[in-house]
Amino acid sequence: MSALLSVDTISKRFRGLVAVDRLTFEVPEGGIFAVIGPNGAGKTTLFNMIAGVFPPDNGTITFAGERIDGLTPDKICRRGIGRTFQIVRPFPALSVEDNVIVGALLHRHQVEAARAHAHEVLRRLDLYDKRDQRASSLTLPDRKRLEVARALATDPKLLLLDEVMAGLRPTETDRIVSILQELNRESGLTILLIEHVMRAVMALAERILVMHHGASIAEGPPEQVTRDPAVIHSYLGAEAV
Amino acid sequence: MMGGFLSRLVDGIPARGLILLGVLLVALIAAPLFAGSYLLTVLILILYFAYIGQAWNIMMGFAGQLSLGHALYVGLGAYTAAALYVHFGIGPWIGLLVAVPIAALAGAFIGFLAFRFRVGGVYFAILTIAVAEFARVGFDHLTWTKGSAGLFLPVAQYTHNDLWNLRGHPVMFYYILLTATVLALIGCRALLQSRMGYFWQAIREDEEAARSAGIDTFYYKMVAVVISAGMTSFAGVIYAFFYNNLFPEQVFHISRSIEIILGPIVGGVGTLFGPILGAFILTGLAETLSATLEGLGIDLPGAKQVFYGICLLLVIVALPDGVWPWLRKRIGLTERGS
Repeated sequence: MSALLSVDTISKRFRGLVAVDRLTFEVPEGGIFAVIGPNGAGKTTLFNMIAGVFPPDNGTITFAGERIDGLTPDKICRRGIGRTFQIVRPFPALSVEDNVIVGALLHRHQVEAARAHAHEVLRRLDLYDKRDQRASSLTLPDRKRLEVARALATDPKLLLLDEVMAGLRPTETDRIVSILQELNRESGLTILLIEHVMRAVMALAERILVMHHGASIAEGPPEQVTRDPAVIHSYLGAEAV
Repeated sequence: MMGGFLSRLVDGIPARGLILLGVLLVALIAAPLFAGSYLLTVLILILYFAYIGQAWNIMMGFAGQLSLGHALYVGLGAYTAAALYVHFGIGPWIGLLVAVPIAALAGAFIGFLAFRFRVGGVYFAILTIAVAEFARVGFDHLTWTKGSAGLFLPVAQYTHNDLWNLRGHPVMFYYILLTATVLALIGCRALLQSRMGYFWQAIREDEEAARSAGIDTFYYKMVAVVISAGMTSFAGVIYAFFYNNLFPEQVFHISRSIEIILGPIVGGVGTLFGPILGAFILTGLAETLSATLEGLGIDLPGAKQVFYGICLLLVIVALPDGVWPWLRKRIGLTERGS
């Protein structure tokens, strides 16, 4: 498998703090790749650089063979990277359906075509029955899935998920996990996720990168990474083994 | 083809809403037959604010960009058309072809400054005030438009209505503004339901999330400002030819900008019918108040301003979304996005 996304020795520094320190990794096309690590390890900073919120200080990010570091978020989304936010940001006063239509309109010029696509995405994410509700009236698990739906509606090749399982009950987590597996299997969607919920990481990820103080301390298949002494020491804790 | 256009026009509006709209429209078309000259002037003022309120609503209600300087676009439209008429005898409809681009350009200038350099929210609003104030001071000293002495259009007796030069009876202005208000309503609805309308609302709701959904927020905000400014300047042209005199101190004054936004706020920011309803409520009630006070022989300067203040306070406390969303529910109209 060739790499859809390659991140090459990128760094980001906020004043004195090195948030991301010479990080390198590749996400293969069609893969599910997880980034884990303790709070403050630099995971969201990494995401923000890939999504274009700010550029890396050094290094390059290549997506589908083209440099994307330094592009604005809207341009990166148009290239085919959809993202969710750690703290969900639906369009509160719009209906669930309209939230997803906004995403679907990115590559569709007719509102009706976008609506049809939005319905398809909403069905996949079990939100179809709630399509007429205002986004602000949804529960947290629904809002998390709405974030995924809006990002998916933009027809991404790569989906960036920033802690979509956080704050969810195990049954809700399993529901999202199975939806994501289905998407990955059926449409070949590549997924890069930041996640604390190990239950979801272990179920989903084919490969895991562990960050600590901005740097990579381990990378590999889940079984290997979770046995790594450095990972156990800095993140998982001894009782997780 | 006409049928297809009509059915698209009314698509999604509940039957009851169409009937109410139809009744209102017929009543407004027939109104000059029954209204005395005072009532007619009030109706003209209502339609004037209903029209501009809709233009302002495109920027604030649809795209979430707060302008507190819309008097700028009214003034630019008014002064451009009036000056062309006074100096070169160019009629207002041709003047419009110059006035609208000038206002749109002014909007684009403000938009570019603000959106390019990420000036948002309150700071954006302050910028709009600042440019309008610049214009006020600038026009005070612009001799071509007679500065602070005021620009006067030649007034003749209303022997006949000259639609081409906008010289004539107030009834003519009434129908022009009624047409403009109706066209604005149709246009706003089409915009709101278009691809751009969705993008505007996304930007209004959460700009960062909108960018992440692939929306070029700079471009769409610029389009909103340009459309809103251009639309507003048309009202300015009508203003100039209706009142026949222009003073920078009046036309560009911030109180004018505030007056413009009260209607949509009372009626419902971001709704289609809110600005129209708001204009009827505010201007209608304020003029009733003035007439009543005058009839009672009470001289209370500033009563109208106090009344506006009370209205605004009541709406913000009781119906923060405006009167229209509440009224719409009461009369059983729940069209999506109306």
